[in-house]
Amino acid sequence: MGAVGHYLEQEGIPTTQISLVREHTEVIRPPRALWVPFMLGRPLGVPNDPPFQRRVLLAALHLLEEPSGPILRDFPDDAPNGARDEEEGAACPVNFSRPQPTGDGPHALAHALAQEIAQLQPWHDLALRRRGGGTSGLSGLTPEAAGVFIVAFLSTREPQNYRPDQALGLSLKHACDDLRAFYEEAATAQPGSLSAAELESWYYFGTVAGEVLRELRRVSLNSEDKSIRLFAELTLLPRSVVHQLRAGRA
Amino acid sequence: MARLEDLPEWEREHLLQLRDEAPRFDTTPWKDGPPLRQRRVALISTAGLHRRGDRPFTGGAGATEYRVIPADATGADLVMSHVSVNFDRSGFRQDLNVVLPLDRLRELAAERAIGSVADFHYSFMGAPWPSTRFEPKARELASLLARDRVDAAVLIPV
Repeated sequence: MGAVGHYLEQEGIPTTQISLVREHTEVIRPPRALWVPFMLGRPLGVPNDPPFQRRVLLAALHLLEEPSGPILRDFPDDAPNGARDEEEGAACPVNFSRPQPTGDGPHALAHALAQEIAQLQPWHDLALRRRGGGTSGLSGLTPEAAGVFIVAFLSTREPQNYRPDQALGLSLKHACDDLRAFYEEAATAQPGSLSAAELESWYYFGTVAGEVLRELRRVSLNSEDKSIRLFAELTLLPRSVVHQLRAGRA
Repeated sequence: MARLEDLPEWEREHLLQLRDEAPRFDTTPWKDGPPLRQRRVALISTAGLHRRGDRPFTGGAGATEYRVIPADATGADLVMSHVSVNFDRSGFRQDLNVVLPLDRLRELAAERAIGSVADFHYSFMGAPWPSTRFEPKARELASLLARDRVDAAVLIPV
C-alpha cells in the first residue's frame, strides 16, 4: 500500500492511508499513514460498528490537513473485542452438530459435507437477508456443487474443470473461497458474536469442510498439475492452520 | 495489526522478512490540497475486491491490475478474490465497511465533513511482491483519479 501511495502522490494526488503493519510503513515512509492495532483483514477495526469505523476513517482523513510529512500516527484505541481476537489459541468450539462420515474415503466425506451444507443453509439464508446479499460468486457454483467439485480432487481422477478457460488450480481456489464464504456467512448469522479466531478454528478443525480441505492439501501437494500443487502449497490453508497441523493438531 | 511482539514467532519472522525486503524510496513526495471539507475523496483498497461479474484477480502478469468500484456499490455487489488466505474475511462477510468504508464516506459527505465522494473507487490485490511492481498501474490510476477531480485518496490495506 505504501508504494502505491508514493506513486499516486508523485503524480499529484494527495494520499492518506491506513497502516496495518507499522514496521513496513516505517521503512516505506509514505506521505501520511495512520497505524491501527487491528487484525489483518479488518482495517476499519470491526464490522457493523459505524461510530468506530467513522473515527478511524476521520483520523486517516485528518492527516491530509497536516502541514508536512512524512507522518506516521498511531490510532489510540484497540478494536472492540480486538484483544480477544488477537489472542493465539483463544478459539473455542462452536456448538454445531457435525455430521460424521459413515465410512472412509471421498464418498463418505462427500455425503457428510452435503449434510453439513444442508444444516447450515437456513443460517445462510438469514445472513443473506441481513446483509442484502452474499459475498460468494467467484466460481458460479452452489455450495453443494462446490463441495462436490472439491471432494472430487480426493479421488484418483481429477474432475472436469467447470471453467476450461482457466487453470484447474484457479477453479479449485474459487470453489474453496465460495465454500468458505458460505460457511462464514452462515456462522456469523448465528446468535452470539464469534471472534475471527473462533471462526477460523471452527471452519478448519471443527467442520467436515475443514476435514475435506486438510485432506485436499495432503493429496494436492503431490498433484501432477502444477496449478493445483501451487494452490495447495501457498493459498489453500492459512499459515496459522498449517503451523497447527505441523504441531500435530488434527 | 497486533504489535509484532504479541505475535507467534513464525508470524513475526515472516513480517520482519517482508520489512527487510520492502522497497525504500529516497524521498517522500508531498502534495497539498484544500481543507478537508472541500476535498473530493476516493477509496483505494488492496483487498482484491470487485463486482461479482468482473474478472477475479489472479497471479502472474495481471496481478497488479486494479478493478473499478462505482460509488453506489453495496456489500451485496462486491466479492473478494484475493489469492491470500492469511487475513480475516469474516468481518467483510458481515460488513463491507470494515474493508471499504463507502457508507461512512457517504455519511461524511452528507455532514459536509468532506466535500464529496468520488464517482469511482478502486481495488488492487495487495499480494504482488515487491510492491514496486504496482508502479505502472498506480501511475495510470492517478490520471483516472485526476479526471474524477479527486484530491484525497484513502489507501486501505487488508
